[in-house]
Amino acid sequence: MAAPLLTVENLRVSFPTHTGRVEVVKGLSFTLGRERLGIVGESGSGKSMTGRSILKLIRKPGEVTADMLEFDGVDILSQSEKQMRAIRGARISMVMQDPKFSLNPVMTVGEQIAEALVTHQKLPRRDVQARIIEMLHAVRINDPERVAKLYPHEVSGGMGQRIMIAMMLIPEPELLIADEPTSALDVSVQAQVLDIIDELVRNKGMGLILISHDLNLVSRYCDRILVMNGGRVVEECAAGQLENAQHPYTRGLLAAMPVINETRDELPVLDRTQWAGT
Amino acid sequence: MNAIDLTNLDIAYGDTKVVFDVNLSIPEGESFALVGESGSGKSTILRAIAGLAPDWTGDISVMGEARSHHVDRNVSRKVQMVFQDPYGSLHPRKTIDAALSEPLAIHGLGNRGERVEAMLTAVGLDQRFRFRFPHQLSGGQRQRVAIARALMLEPKVMLLDEPTSALDVSVQAEILNLLKRLRREQGLTFLMVTHNLPVVSFLCDRLAVMRHGRIVEIADVAQLKSGDLKEPYSRELLAATEGG
Repeated sequence: MAAPLLTVENLRVSFPTHTGRVEVVKGLSFTLGRERLGIVGESGSGKSMTGRSILKLIRKPGEVTADMLEFDGVDILSQSEKQMRAIRGARISMVMQDPKFSLNPVMTVGEQIAEALVTHQKLPRRDVQARIIEMLHAVRINDPERVAKLYPHEVSGGMGQRIMIAMMLIPEPELLIADEPTSALDVSVQAQVLDIIDELVRNKGMGLILISHDLNLVSRYCDRILVMNGGRVVEECAAGQLENAQHPYTRGLLAAMPVINETRDELPVLDRTQWAGT
Repeated sequence: MNAIDLTNLDIAYGDTKVVFDVNLSIPEGESFALVGESGSGKSTILRAIAGLAPDWTGDISVMGEARSHHVDRNVSRKVQMVFQDPYGSLHPRKTIDAALSEPLAIHGLGNRGERVEAMLTAVGLDQRFRFRFPHQLSGGQRQRVAIARALMLEPKVMLLDEPTSALDVSVQAEILNLLKRLRREQGLTFLMVTHNLPVVSFLCDRLAVMRHGRIVEIADVAQLKSGDLKEPYSRELLAATEGG
């Protein structure tokens, strides 16, 4: 494998509270090539904070430190806001959880996708239009000419999320961070949306970081999985090897999920004493 | 006796009809699930039984007694509802004690202090939580409070609207275990809405698959487990869950 796309070493994210600074990510290290990496964990495990810190989206008073946070030879932490703007969207982009809150309600779908494109590239207007239609096709929206003229409130959740993906992928980034891209969607639509992400990521040879609380889902769509708990990676394994996970936390999570052919009378529960007060 | 009988039930919100011609009988003590995609009308059925969607035609009866279109104290003694989002369903400025005592006060029941204490124990919450506010509790604890509040009037039927979908996997396991235990101890009947088929497999005896406001199939949980669902749409749902 060539030089990794993203190298993270000893990443720490902390926030001040009245009892001192609290670290939500405690020394995280990983490297990512052009592959699909899944980050799994429960609420408060620091998985979203990891995703956001790669894009330098954590604002004051939050604090990010790392021995190394390098994307394709660029040291993210030393970039200015202005330099980051050239990276965000164009080279690394992020799909957020809920399309309802991430799309601009007063712009049509077409305008928003166009904005994502022309911010980073100068193109004649006719080409922009063609690219939009092509991209909407790629995320399997039938009738893209009509959809491009709609406003976000006129489309369903699943379609909204596909529009988000179109918007994020149209500048052809090298790394896509998807933070719970489907948890606001129906089960039946979830698979469709993830298949689209999967297909586009493979075809374009991008890197993908898929952040989710759903172990099964991540194991289905990723090559490698990091399991996080309390700001640390407790286990790293290949997606196919999930059943052989060693760490008690991962095993606990797997066991706590009911299965379709459920015969257990009671589900095993994680020992929560380590998270006092929960 | 059937715990819930729905006959030719149509439900509308204003001019829009969302549930069409639902017929369903749930015997006492059964745990029944409604599954289907968003907008298929499953929550609306629960809301109509609870009296939150009053614009319906047909018949709804709970424990053999027909429900009126108005607020019905008799019915609320028999059936109570637990909502999806524990963050949104508790009053932020009322203590847990106040939230649990309120149904007792409305129905003029005495012994409130003791009942609240007993209920906290039943749902596995420590007594120290009694005078806290909802924001001082975690999501799982809040859902326990919501379940406790629903049980304060000692109903026979519980309507559960996605009771665990806002919770983490490990917390979901705790709440599912709690619901199963309460049902066994108090002989409750559950009517539960969910889109999570493994949860159905764990907690329910039968399920109905809904689509576009109609029930397309009613099946035993054994059929779900063996993948023996008849309707193509039900199979599609099952396949989406299994990732097949």
